[in-house]
Amino acid sequence: MSLFSKENGAVFTGPLNLNNPIAVQVLGICSALAVTSQLKPAIVMGLSVTVITAFSNVIISLLRKTIPNRIRIIVQLVVVAALVTIVSNILKAYVYDVSVQLSVYVGLIITNCILMGRLEAFAMQNGPWESFLDGIGNGLGYAFVLVVVGFIREILGFGTLLGFQIIPDSAYMDNGGLYINNGMMTMPAMALILVACFIWVHRAVNKDENL
Amino acid sequence: MEHFISLFVRSIFVDNMIFAFFLGMCSYLAVSKTVKTSLGLGIAVTFVLLITVPVDYLLQTKVLANGVLAEGVDLTFLAFILFIAVIAAMVQLVEMIVEKFSPSLYNALGIFLPLIAVNCAIMGASLFMQQRILLDPETSTQAIGGVGDCIAYALGSGIGWTLAIVGLAAIREKMAYSDVPKPLRGLGITFITVGLMAMAFMCFSGLKL
Repeated sequence: MSLFSKENGAVFTGPLNLNNPIAVQVLGICSALAVTSQLKPAIVMGLSVTVITAFSNVIISLLRKTIPNRIRIIVQLVVVAALVTIVSNILKAYVYDVSVQLSVYVGLIITNCILMGRLEAFAMQNGPWESFLDGIGNGLGYAFVLVVVGFIREILGFGTLLGFQIIPDSAYMDNGGLYINNGMMTMPAMALILVACFIWVHRAVNKDENL
Repeated sequence: MEHFISLFVRSIFVDNMIFAFFLGMCSYLAVSKTVKTSLGLGIAVTFVLLITVPVDYLLQTKVLANGVLAEGVDLTFLAFILFIAVIAAMVQLVEMIVEKFSPSLYNALGIFLPLIAVNCAIMGASLFMQQRILLDPETSTQAIGGVGDCIAYALGSGIGWTLAIVGLAAIREKMAYSDVPKPLRGLGITFITVGLMAMAFMCFSGLKL
């Protein structure tokens, strides 16, 4: 099978839409809700999960024939934990303020269902290159949902995007305008409702597929 | 004693594992279809929390923290790997005990018992505990100062999680007969329900103990 064959293309593009980890497979919900109150942590989290999923998929795929069945889960957990430790320390070194905002959710990537789900369902049965593509695809599908939710929550909840004030100061009620920030958007409860709306739109748009 | 009770009650209502921190959502959504299995899973999660959080606390304060093993030795980078190893081992132990003493519960929970090992609620509780050790008990209601506080925190978190999952299961059982629009059926309406429950739980945030 060539590197960029049609099957490999499907492995990569599947999770971006029709097999989206959050909307369809129902994996990785915890962190998708918790870190999206602003756009910057959402982007950093999405990228981290993409990198970790891709590389853990490759490592487990390379080891798949040698892991004894009884300790399969423990080996997977240890590999993922090691990768998350590396990524967590890189984040603390280079983007410290975002890493403080993400707090425990970087560590929780270890128990992120997307990783364990893809390791069990794909990496244990397929070769390294396909597993890498699958990891990147699922990670990007996850990151897409995070970015959409983070975008909406930040712009409606704070009036900013990545820290830059988008809604002009003069529009606010304090300064004579008519606008107030929607404080509910910064609360956890709205994240759930926004993801529900995302799933609603996703299923309505893809209504011909058996979702 | 006052701090103990305050930590316990706050962990159930204000710092609820599901509604405030979204931990354990995947198994929460998958298992909450009937009240009976939800209660069983909730109790199993509470039990695993009760045994893993104090063990991880002892590991953190006696082995990993800066300077406790030997002068200048900081092993906190090993925290992730050690915590998950402890959790996996404890879940394996719980699985063996449940299989021996209550085969019916073991069969009822099925695959979800080993899946507790990768439940973010368990790992998340340990990671939050790691952060809360650093808080000052005088100024913060969330601070954890000893094994007793760990037990209060773990018990409260487990009970809060059980409360959330049983509540959602009860609502979903009733909602099975409602006329939900097609794209919202199943996952979508469940999310909206959990969102509304989370909004309701926000009323506890003014709790003063």
